[in-house]
Amino acid sequence: MKAPDLVPVSLEVNGVRFEGDVEPRKTLADFLREELGFTGVNLGCEHGVCGACSVLLDGAVVRSCILLAVQADGCKITTIEGLAREEKLHPIQQAFLDHHALQCGFCTPGMVLAAVDLLKRSPHPTEIQIREALSGNLCMCTGYVNIVRAVSAAAERIQTAEKP
Amino acid sequence: MKPASFHYYRARSLQEALDLLSGAAANGKLLAGGQSLIPLMNLRLARPEALIDLNSIPGLSYIRSEGNKIAIGALTRHREMEFSELLAKELPLLAEAIPQIGHPAIRNRGTLGGSLAHADPAAELPCVLTALDARMVAAGPDGERVIRAEDFFTGFYATALADHEILKEVRIPLDRHPAGWSFVEFARRHGDFALAEASVLLFADGAGDRCTSARVVIGGSVEKPVRVQDVEKLIQDEISIRTQASSLAHVLRRVEQLTETEIRSSIAGRENPDYLCHLTGVLARRALESAMERWRKA
Ligand SMILES: Cc1cc2nc3c(=O)[nH]c(=O)nc-3n(C[C@H](O)[C@H](O)[C@H](O)COP(=O)(O)OP(=O)(O)OC[C@H]3O[C@@H](n4cnc5c(N)ncnc54)[C@H](O)[C@@H]3O)c2cc1C
Ligand code: FES
Ligand code: FES
Repeated sequence: MKAPDLVPVSLEVNGVRFEGDVEPRKTLADFLREELGFTGVNLGCEHGVCGACSVLLDGAVVRSCILLAVQADGCKITTIEGLAREEKLHPIQQAFLDHHALQCGFCTPGMVLAAVDLLKRSPHPTEIQIREALSGNLCMCTGYVNIVRAVSAAAERIQTAEKP
Repeated sequence: MKPASFHYYRARSLQEALDLLSGAAANGKLLAGGQSLIPLMNLRLARPEALIDLNSIPGLSYIRSEGNKIAIGALTRHREMEFSELLAKELPLLAEAIPQIGHPAIRNRGTLGGSLAHADPAAELPCVLTALDARMVAAGPDGERVIRAEDFFTGFYATALADHEILKEVRIPLDRHPAGWSFVEFARRHGDFALAEASVLLFADGAGDRCTSARVVIGGSVEKPVRVQDVEKLIQDEISIRTQASSLAHVLRRVEQLTETEIRSSIAGRENPDYLCHLTGVLARRALESAMERWRKA
């Protein structure tokens, strides 16, 4: 079969616009990692099961290994690299640090981005809601107790920070 | 773990997608949320020559009340249905099932049309929409046709859609509001596809105390959604809101047994058929129990 034509895409990643031509079969994960260097997008299973490759697509958490780069045309993507503001970690990242919610860190970008999506919809989540929101993100080493604690602490911290 | 090469077409209208499907991309596949198709392509279990991306077609994503029915566009994402107040109010059975589909990240992308066209026997939506007597609107080169859910799912990952047809909309009748309803499933891990699932709808007479009809549909353990009509009839004959606890317990036991008997032949050939039969019977009983509880509380 003749190699298919490249398709032009234009998308914004962490606030910066990128334009280029991509092969249709390139997943968004590979595009972000290989073409743009966002290696915080981790690849575990590459078929949608582990959550390590999660990114925000127009604010909603999605798996970038089962999304084609051409499908992100015109969209705004946030990877883990886009959360911190200059030297200041995002409150969820800080809470993961404070609550020992990571060991090897492989699952962490996906966990944190899934938590961003959750806290936007439910600023005061119950433990059950947190567990449900993270149910599609697998951690092989830390265990989930501290991760759940960190998300819960981050929710409180964000609430306090937002109070006038 | 990367898809094989394919030609990519971004359709801008339903007509363009239909034209591609019967022309330039006749050996291609439609791409909706990609949450089933792309994993299959990554695993090289699917190697379509072309993909026709439906995501840029305007006007295929909506949830509308249209008199005595609800119409949902095929490109509506699971997440939009999950947070729809209209569905929570009018179609509580559907609303109960949607959060049980995968995980939030999957629901953010997966679509109603993709789930139904894919027809995974363990998916939630085929079972629930069969219980709700939904109608699928298929668009083809010669116009549209409407297919009842019971005729739409024809087998293991198989539907009545022709190769050149696109599922466009799902219509769910609202002529009878259920007095009780329940969807229950059992999966090995939270968010997994179900091993077995059961949908129950109970309809009551005007006074609201006799069950005049019921819909009981099984999924997961069987190759396509199965209505268990003997169980529906049993419920209709035996259940009223005043059924005493002791006779209700008796009916529930019979529902469990009858479900097992009715689906046994459909389960043949699967691994652990005895376990699956038992599990399915238990889920049918639990779904009826919880539907009764809701009826009593209303
Ligand atoms: C980790 C994981 C867990 C999951 N868990 C569940 C679960 O518990 N329950 C569940 O139900 N699903 C689950 N899913 C699947 C998910 O719900 C899918 O989104 C859904 O089954 C397919 O929808 P889609 O829009 O992604 O379709 P696609 O993947 O884009 O397409 C699926 C198939 O349908 C065809 N198609 C798509 N749209 C149309 C249309 N409008 N007309 C005709 N054909 C069309 C495509 O050509 C393809 O063959 C899971 C997926 C993953 C990755
Ligand atoms: S790498 Fe994408 S979900 Fe596992
Ligand atoms: S911290 Fe190692 S996998 Fe989660």
